[in-house]
Amino acid sequence: MPERTTAVAMSGGVDSSVVAGLLQRRGDKLVGLTMQLWNQRRLPELATSGPTGRCCSIDDVYDARHVAQHLGIPYYVVNFEQRFEEQVVKPFIDEYLAGRTPIPCTLCNNFIKFDQFLEMAAGVGAERIATGHYAQLRWNPDNGRWEMLRSVDRTKDQTYFLCGLKQDQLARTEFPLGGFEKSQVREFARELGIPTAAKPDSQEICFVPNGDYAAFIDSYFREQGLSPTETQGELVTTDGHVVGEHAGVHHFTVGQRRGLKLAVGEPLYVISTEPATRRVVVGRGEELLRGSMHVKDVNWISIASPAEPTRAEVRIRNKHSAAGATIFPTGDPTRVEVRFDEPQRAVTPGQSAVFYSGELVLGGGWID
Amino acid sequence: MQRYYFDHNATTPVLPEVLAAMAPVLTEVYGNPSSIHYYGQMARQKLDESRRTVAKFLGATPDEIVFTSGGTEGDNLAIFGVARGAHAVITTAEHSAVLGASGQLSSMTKVPVDGRGLVDPEDIRRAIRPDTKIISVMHVNNELGAIQPLAEIAKITREAGVLFHSDGVQAAGKVAIDVAALGVDLYTISGHKFYAPKGCGALYVRKGVDLRPLQHGGHHERDRRAGTENVAGAVALACAAQIWMDDHEIETRRVSALRDRLERAILDRVPGTHVNGAGAPRTPNVTNIRFDGIDSEPLMIALDLRGFAVSSGSACLSGASEPSHVLTAIGLTKEQGRASVRFSLGRSNDQAQVDALIEALIESVNALRRVAPAYA
Repeated sequence: MPERTTAVAMSGGVDSSVVAGLLQRRGDKLVGLTMQLWNQRRLPELATSGPTGRCCSIDDVYDARHVAQHLGIPYYVVNFEQRFEEQVVKPFIDEYLAGRTPIPCTLCNNFIKFDQFLEMAAGVGAERIATGHYAQLRWNPDNGRWEMLRSVDRTKDQTYFLCGLKQDQLARTEFPLGGFEKSQVREFARELGIPTAAKPDSQEICFVPNGDYAAFIDSYFREQGLSPTETQGELVTTDGHVVGEHAGVHHFTVGQRRGLKLAVGEPLYVISTEPATRRVVVGRGEELLRGSMHVKDVNWISIASPAEPTRAEVRIRNKHSAAGATIFPTGDPTRVEVRFDEPQRAVTPGQSAVFYSGELVLGGGWID
Repeated sequence: MQRYYFDHNATTPVLPEVLAAMAPVLTEVYGNPSSIHYYGQMARQKLDESRRTVAKFLGATPDEIVFTSGGTEGDNLAIFGVARGAHAVITTAEHSAVLGASGQLSSMTKVPVDGRGLVDPEDIRRAIRPDTKIISVMHVNNELGAIQPLAEIAKITREAGVLFHSDGVQAAGKVAIDVAALGVDLYTISGHKFYAPKGCGALYVRKGVDLRPLQHGGHHERDRRAGTENVAGAVALACAAQIWMDDHEIETRRVSALRDRLERAILDRVPGTHVNGAGAPRTPNVTNIRFDGIDSEPLMIALDLRGFAVSSGSACLSGASEPSHVLTAIGLTKEQGRASVRFSLGRSNDQAQVDALIEALIESVNALRRVAPAYA
């Protein structure tokens, strides 16, 4: 193709549909691509009838195709099932079994959407991609870096999941919705005549029905001929008393209170999970507090890797309101130590830690 | 943008002559062939004429032709028609219609094909069991164009006293068909693979074969396929068959030269390319090429965006492509299957189009190898 082409990642939802519509109105040459990530006919026992969070369903593909037809842009479904299983689903399960609480969305962004999808786009002749993520990008000529900023709609901000993006990826990426409120996006959808304008937002982890990741892992195990019982074990208090049994370490995440089924006077929380011994350690609420943490595989976005301690606001969960902290470099450039101004509850290995300075996303990594 | 079509094994355009033959049937000869009055008789005449032409096309007699809606129906009617509740012997390279229908019988045996896509007739012999009621082997493979040794297999099936069906959907319009010489008892063809519209086809049922219908109702098609006949479809099918009988020698030479030109150019000018299933006798219009280190999905899309339609495997439920099971059946790895593209030529192609395709293909493959250097 002679002109510069942008590939729009179309999920069938309102956001990515509006991206396609807005870019087309701007006069861009577009190709719409839907990633087929997961075969919904697998793990049939998880089948849900409700509209909640099932990605890659035939209905979503139908919607995406309908939007592409409405806009008159070329459209294709591309098969990413094998890559998604290798790069997202298996690591997601491995992390749970290793006693951590992974974020598949970040894995997917790092290894699928902004890696292999970019490659797929280049392969079909599109130099750039655009997605419906809520985040903002801008070029800073002073430091020669692409900067990432939180989205204008604070409730929709997805920068927490985008902390792994590298400069060469950002250089070829556009987030057209980052500067708008969701209500404006829905307004655009109506204006552009997008057939799916009234579709509800998707929720949760796309391939896990109803957010029940433990049921997903159990089903996946059965499909692979493995036994979920191999992760069953004891519930132990922080001072070493066995207080019960559990159905598998992957049913628990740090800070969790529900589902412990313990008849103990005071409320108990999961403090940690220990896959080697298959133990789940429980304790009192204040035992969840941590003053510092180590973060690995750190990626710096808006600034270069700092040599000095750096002040930042740090988010340790997507819904966490950022906490003041100082980031200390270590001997290893991919690792930092984060010391919070105030101890933080439920610092959970496997989750991302993302460093902000006001609106700016400085960078982030994985809580170790 | 100028667009060129190189996917004639998926479907074909309806030829103007075919449309001209069928259109007045829709608007003027609209009677129900079962009706006794003039309108019915006119429609019946068209249907009977068409049946005679299709019979001639297959080397059969008119009473051996059952008009159907196409390939999938023909395959299902043949398999369930004679083998319901029994055992079937098929090959691993069969079309999904045969695979799917046979999978609904009480059991089936899938006989492997070799690296060229060909089945060894002796393997068929060994797979036959006392409860085997049908052997189904495609005449021509849709992905590779490989032509199976049907006559040899027929000797075995006749000895064993088992009925022999062949899916001839990819053979019709590409190679000569003589059901008697092939020795088949049942043979499926579909109109849209050779320039008639979708929704018309025929099943050859050898005289004496007791075929149980799939759908029940009136006495149409000698009680073998209930439902008011698609007269226009039958006329179109017959017209397409007649066109083949009239000019197949010229057209075969022409298409074969184009295919050879394309294949030669790819092998000579694109490094790391191989013909899948090389060495088999094959139809003149198709070549299936493997590009080392290339993912055929973006290649197919890149070519489509340049105006060239080719095939990168079969479409799954969502429309994403997945490697054809045929390529696995001839021993390719998943990666090799994903690196393969089928080019199927036909009456809509000429040499200028082939040359344009070659240039676009070279550019697209080079571009892909640049963006995915790890594969190169």
